[in-house]
Amino acid sequence: MTQGPQPQGGPLPLADRLPAFLFPRLSPIALVGLFIALILVGFLIYPVLQVIAVAFQNPTTGALTLENFGDFFNSSLFRQSFFNSFYVSALSVVLATVIALPLAYITTRFNFSGSILIQSLGFIPLIMPPFVGAVAMQLIFGRNGTINLLLRDHLGITIPFMEGLNGVILVQSIHYFPFILINLSASLRNIDRSMEEAAQNLGAHGLRLFRRIVFPLATPGYIAGAALVFIKVFDDLGTPLLLNVNNMLAPQAYLRITSVGLNDPMGYVISVILVAFSILSLWASFLVMRGKDYATVQKGGGGLAKRDLALREKILAYGVVLFILLIVLSPHIGLLLLSFGTIWSFAPLPDGYTLANYVRMWEGSQQYVMNTLLYAGIAATLDVIIGTAIAYIVLRTGIAGRKWLDYMATAALAVPGVVLGIGYLRTFQNVDVPLVGKPLASWWVIIAIALMIRRLPYALRACMAALQQVSLALEEAAESLGAGKFRTIRRIVVPLMAGGILAGFVTSFATAAVELSATIMLVSNDRDSPLAYGIYLFMQTPSGRGAGAALGVLAVVIVALGTVLSQIIIERDKKLRTAGRA
Amino acid sequence: MKTEMAGIEIRDLHLSFGDTKVLTGINLTIRPGEFFAFLGPSGSGKSTLLRAIAGFGPQPRGEILIGGRDIATLPPWKRDVGMVFQSYALWPHMSVRENVAFGLEERRVPRPEIRKRVDEALALVGLSHLADRMPNQLSGGQQQRIALARTVVIEPKVLLLDEPLSNLDASLRVQMRRELLALQRKLGLTTIFVTHDQEEANTTSDRMAVLDGGVIQQIGSPQELYDRPVNLFVARFLGTANILEGRVETEGGAARFRTATGDVLSLPVEGRTGPSSIVLRPQNIRIEEQAGTGTLPGEVLHREFLGSQVRYLVRAAGTEIVVDQSHRAGEIWLDPGARVYLAANTRDAVLIPQGA
Repeated sequence: MTQGPQPQGGPLPLADRLPAFLFPRLSPIALVGLFIALILVGFLIYPVLQVIAVAFQNPTTGALTLENFGDFFNSSLFRQSFFNSFYVSALSVVLATVIALPLAYITTRFNFSGSILIQSLGFIPLIMPPFVGAVAMQLIFGRNGTINLLLRDHLGITIPFMEGLNGVILVQSIHYFPFILINLSASLRNIDRSMEEAAQNLGAHGLRLFRRIVFPLATPGYIAGAALVFIKVFDDLGTPLLLNVNNMLAPQAYLRITSVGLNDPMGYVISVILVAFSILSLWASFLVMRGKDYATVQKGGGGLAKRDLALREKILAYGVVLFILLIVLSPHIGLLLLSFGTIWSFAPLPDGYTLANYVRMWEGSQQYVMNTLLYAGIAATLDVIIGTAIAYIVLRTGIAGRKWLDYMATAALAVPGVVLGIGYLRTFQNVDVPLVGKPLASWWVIIAIALMIRRLPYALRACMAALQQVSLALEEAAESLGAGKFRTIRRIVVPLMAGGILAGFVTSFATAAVELSATIMLVSNDRDSPLAYGIYLFMQTPSGRGAGAALGVLAVVIVALGTVLSQIIIERDKKLRTAGRA
Repeated sequence: MKTEMAGIEIRDLHLSFGDTKVLTGINLTIRPGEFFAFLGPSGSGKSTLLRAIAGFGPQPRGEILIGGRDIATLPPWKRDVGMVFQSYALWPHMSVRENVAFGLEERRVPRPEIRKRVDEALALVGLSHLADRMPNQLSGGQQQRIALARTVVIEPKVLLLDEPLSNLDASLRVQMRRELLALQRKLGLTTIFVTHDQEEANTTSDRMAVLDGGVIQQIGSPQELYDRPVNLFVARFLGTANILEGRVETEGGAARFRTATGDVLSLPVEGRTGPSSIVLRPQNIRIEEQAGTGTLPGEVLHREFLGSQVRYLVRAAGTEIVVDQSHRAGEIWLDPGARVYLAANTRDAVLIPQGA
């Protein structure tokens, strides 16, 4: 470790003049770590444990009991919700796989000019909150949407794309398939060419080669992506709410808490189930992947051999890719049409086009936009500060228990937004904020904190990666030239991490800006609402849909800009680094 | 395990990556059962040539005959050519046994026979006890042997080894190359071994081809190539070579070599007169304290003690010449700055006419 003897000059600090038992010696960095640990316990661990505890308590006596779970499974509505959530998540994984597999296969196995199209357009779904697209999807795929109107007129049939659970599955798989695409493509690209050639050399080829060698080697990536899709769908609140599908777990938890009240145990039981499933699928994917680091690219190896396509194959490939992209981009197209449309009802396309929705949106939602900038800005700033500190403590110091900072921060991945929201409401309903005269649970700052906790795992990964790229020798050089720990961090480490930190900030900001599930629980009045909640409110009424769509377009633009910006930062940083090395 | 011995013949092979020519006019005959090395610096095309024989990489022009049959247009899986990859390419999702069985399964060999042959192959490389391990639980040397077992189990007509020792550490490398050679002799398998390490090629191969710039420079036994290089590249690439520029002259029936600086070395036989280079190996030069006939005056620049030898760098004949003196205990060494005379044993020297 880097902790060398610290040169001490001048008079002894206060701590050293007091008896040691009164003030255990903690280095300043350890104090920072302790402070972060307190924040994580206070705003993540404790609230979640509180939720779990309530789920196992008798609501009136407070005694430890399992009867809440008994009540849950005795209710046919909850059993139905449980089944539906599971069913929707599983089928979303299947449908997302059907979308992602051909795209990943075509890009990694063939010299296909459309690959760039896939790589850029394939990720667009992620930059739109799924619930935003849901309404647009209704207008395109719904019972009286574009597709079914055309089908009815020409073929006399309709397909229930959006009926009930189907709608949730369609919206979710279209939104989340990039997780599978990204992970699967990365896995496929990481397979060394010699793996494939060795099999060919021993007599395998074609589909058999794919089934026996290529796909098994890509499974870790596939499983990682699939597990992520499963959890995201299982935990999602916004999409089912907007599609008015309430018999699923997350909406039930929300509805119980908001309608029956904070003391109704069912919301907590559902929370426990959501958390358990999140942990279970993360754990399962960990088990499957354990000891399977199949990233096999060797020096001089390079990924799988790419084959040129014959003209006929090329046409087929373009057909498949364009068809998939058209479906995948339909929420965006729909949203755009909706935002510029006058009236769009019982018609394949809007009746006319106007800018009125944008005017209305702008008049009605400046507060939302300002709130969003404020909340997401605070959350992202805190995320990168805490992320950098944790990364430094974990990677560069020997402080006891440092790994737990990482574990705690990462644990937020397994906590659905609904659960965090319920936990905050329960924990902070009676904690009054001095001078504001409100409980913490209904003060706007709690929304920013929730967003901060929710985005922390991602920001932390970005900071860790950035710090890992900074060679230890650079720090040691600064220290040997006389810079103390904090000055070294400030003058050497942070500037060198800047690119990664900035990228982490931008992604945290962009994704926090459109987060709905935690905020929807914590918004106590319309004045404090962020953008995502604003869209949700607009979308509640048919007359507000146009303006809601306009606001949705704005949200997409914000996230898109953020994504592009962070990509530019990362690329520039990478160039700077390689230039510095050469 | 038995194999039918097959020779390899390559006729006028050309290969390019896009517009870049990688192999030009390759002609080569490898005898059945021979251990043959492709030796060359990186980028010389040696691996590309090996991969072309296995059927990987761009389609070459020309013929590749194995056992008399042209396989140049067959896909890799129909060639019956066994290849061991530089990275071993053991599939991490399969156990050792599954890895070794793969090729037999693809050949639809009946189950009981697969089991028997896999056991034999593992016994051959001495790793029967590791059959149920996963590849990532094996050391580098073990992975190498499993990769070898996986290849020989299908009884290929020829065995191709792509820098098989480059991922091993130095001591293991020496041991593995002996094992490799022993195994090859036992199976009598026609083998091509790609390496950039002349020592590896010298110690294992019956004959080798030295490649540079996608062209075969010379083919022959290690000794032939070392003793009689046909051009300066081969001379420099194999061992240390002192190369003096000059011309071969004849005077009164006696041949001699006049260097560019005007120094004269007598030559034992009559060479082709004209501009030429003379290649002198370090051990073919003696250091004398006194001037003699045909000695070159020089000054010691540097000295290295290598154990069995002392290597001197001497400035003479307008260049720097490496001289190895075998070392005897208690011998007094020359120091840098010492004035010496170099006597070359031109009987063992090689003359390379200019342009070769």
